[in-house]
Amino acid sequence: MATTRSEPDRTDGRGPVQIDISGLKKSFHLFGQNVSIPVMEGGELCVHAGECVALIGESGAGKSTLMRMIYGNYRSNGGKIRVRCVAQGGPEKWIDVGLPHPHEIIEMRRATLGYVSQFLRVIPRVSTLDIVAEPAIAAGAAPEEAVARAKQLLSRLRVRETLWGLSPLTFSGGEQQRVNIARGFAHRFPIMLLDEPTASLDAVNRETVLQLIEEARDDGAAIIGIFHDSAARARICSREIDVSAFTAQAA
Amino acid sequence: MSAQDLSSAAAPAPAEEEADYNFAYLDENTKRMIRRALLKAVAIPGYQTPFASREMPMPYGWGTGGVQVTSACLTESDSLKVIDQGADDTTNAVSIRKFFERTARVATTTRTEEATIIQTRHRIPETPLTENQILVYQVPIPEPLRFLEPRETETRKMHALEEYGLMHVKLYEDIARHGHIATAYAYPVQVGRRYVMDPSPIPKFDNPKLSNCPALQLFGAGREQRIYAVPPYTEAISLDFEDHPFDPGGVDQPCALCGATGVYLDEVITDDQGTRMYVCSDTDHCEKTRADAEAAQ
Amino acid sequence: MIGAPLFKLSGLTKLYGARVGCRHASLEVRAGEVLAVVGESGSGKSTLLSCASGQMLPTSGGVLHGATSPDGRTVWRDIYQDLSEPERRKLLRSEWAYVHQDARDGLRMSVSAGGNIGERMMAAGARRYGAIRREAEAWLARVEIPTDRLDDRPTAFSGGMRQRLQIARALATGPKLVFMDEPTGGLDVSVQARLLDLVRRLVAEYDLAVIIVTHDLAVARLLAHRMVVMKQGRIVESGLTDQILDDPLHPYSQLLVSSILQT
Repeated sequence: MATTRSEPDRTDGRGPVQIDISGLKKSFHLFGQNVSIPVMEGGELCVHAGECVALIGESGAGKSTLMRMIYGNYRSNGGKIRVRCVAQGGPEKWIDVGLPHPHEIIEMRRATLGYVSQFLRVIPRVSTLDIVAEPAIAAGAAPEEAVARAKQLLSRLRVRETLWGLSPLTFSGGEQQRVNIARGFAHRFPIMLLDEPTASLDAVNRETVLQLIEEARDDGAAIIGIFHDSAARARICSREIDVSAFTAQAA
Repeated sequence: MSAQDLSSAAAPAPAEEEADYNFAYLDENTKRMIRRALLKAVAIPGYQTPFASREMPMPYGWGTGGVQVTSACLTESDSLKVIDQGADDTTNAVSIRKFFERTARVATTTRTEEATIIQTRHRIPETPLTENQILVYQVPIPEPLRFLEPRETETRKMHALEEYGLMHVKLYEDIARHGHIATAYAYPVQVGRRYVMDPSPIPKFDNPKLSNCPALQLFGAGREQRIYAVPPYTEAISLDFEDHPFDPGGVDQPCALCGATGVYLDEVITDDQGTRMYVCSDTDHCEKTRADAEAAQ
Repeated sequence: MIGAPLFKLSGLTKLYGARVGCRHASLEVRAGEVLAVVGESGSGKSTLLSCASGQMLPTSGGVLHGATSPDGRTVWRDIYQDLSEPERRKLLRSEWAYVHQDARDGLRMSVSAGGNIGERMMAAGARRYGAIRREAEAWLARVEIPTDRLDDRPTAFSGGMRQRLQIARALATGPKLVFMDEPTGGLDVSVQARLLDLVRRLVAEYDLAVIIVTHDLAVARLLAHRMVVMKQGRIVESGLTDQILDDPLHPYSQLLVSSILQT
């Protein structure tokens, strides 16, 4: 096991490994009550380019926690989260998200790792179109190109054109979620984390989102998703990882 | 009477009726202190040298700084001229002239070319000055940066570090507000390419005369306790913008009394209908021009 | 995109007699990066900012300005130890800038908007009135102030406009590092949002490094890439903004985050 871990470039017939997680540990310490809540131990996961892996497990098993740790949002207490990062003008580079090097994580989020969360967090007053185009511009796309792609995504997700100039903060929940997804897909990230992307969407928009995910996957992206919708899971995911296997037993 | 005993060695014995005053009013120690400040001011052109300004027998604003500088420079062989806005016969000029006539018993004159020391308020004489003359200015506010930066600690630092961007902000504001640099008097100059200096409230028309002047120019601010100088033949450049160069201005017509052109004119309203005439501000120059014209006839 | 490091504090300590202003504070800022310094009143944020921005000599520790040498290396110089006073003051009005909480402290209230913006340019040697004016006008437009207000004084401006004018004044000479002290403090919520949006765009457009002191975690969330949490003069936690806000590891950070009002 240890030897294969040290060579994350193994392919197993699929694309190259993009994410390689081992021995992952996480607990939350609440100083207010002075209690420690262990949530994960021995987390293992390996995701290849061109595949979509579903995280499953009961509510509270740690699906979102794992996803947030991969994104560098939650800090792990042990183990490794290795991500193959696109490097500006240089060779690819593996970084361990668990280490405290914020600038590498910022760079990883800019160019390599896209994350569609369940919440849209944006600066008030910024137009929907700008919000959607922003990740692509940040990743180096020409502004016109980024805006064109943003328009295309918003159209596909049926966000009415009259809304594009407005801040999404005034939109309905479903509209906000679609703007959030458009933003997530604006740049073709080689790795994507999707937290309930189809929740609260009607059937038509759900179909569009599944198509977007399939397109990204077939384009070579490594995707980790949380889907409560088992039909969606069956359609787009090649594997399911049960996170309950890593759930720490409360002491 | 010991002070008088001390001073009698350095200065001529005063006449009987003024025996209570030392020559030119100030005691010799004070004059020496002022002369040291003057030497420093001459050595650092445009730099405001602090000095221990004395209470003078006249109110602040009446030229106490200039009077102290004059007092420190006067010798008994000097010939003194005092002008106020170019005129020898206004209250301020007359009282200062009388002051030195009584306390120093020096010769006084109204003729620019005859004077060796000229104390002035708000003008530079039209007659070109010579190397044998000292021009003493009365200065109300010596700090040119105060308009925009009231903190003295800060303005001193700005002078020390030659941070003069603020001066141009003042000129910028003028142009933005009036379409041209509307500062008409106390127009700032940079002396010897180093210190920015307030030339006292002379009209900007006189600014070109400050530069490369053969006479020594001394500036005294009594209330603010500062002395500064433009030594002979020292450059004093009026600040401006490349696209709004310095313009000395002036009225484009001759003096109504003497016909002189190219001199600074005062506007005089002659009746209730607003009829106006322009006459020389420099009374001595005006008289001289008229006398020359009469002699020529 | 985040670029080269251009500012560092190393072990910064400021004591006011026996009282601690801040102690052993270390941090680094890179081009294009916004760093928020958060903490409650009296936590040492303002002391840190004053020392860092060249306005107060620290008791010990370094305030380092990074300059790129011709061969591409970063040369670090302590602004108090290695720079003379004229050099330091020049740095503060060219490559660095400061935005005050109260715009009245950062603007000349008796000078027109154009004069305020032009001051740093004139200090840097600009001597063409027309060019200064055009540049000032362009900056007004950039900070969303109507250009016909160019000759108005800031006394005639609203609070939000004053703050935007202050930002234009600070940025007019193209600084690389901007210190901001509670720039949205005291502004209406809608005005705050507009200012945040403006700062965010300017940071991206001019690749600015920003150190922003704020007690408003929502401002930090929307603007800052990274943050440091201060308590009793010390930096108790530092990391990515979302890490600290979503998964605070220090007891004080947890307390701070759990005290936010949800809307």
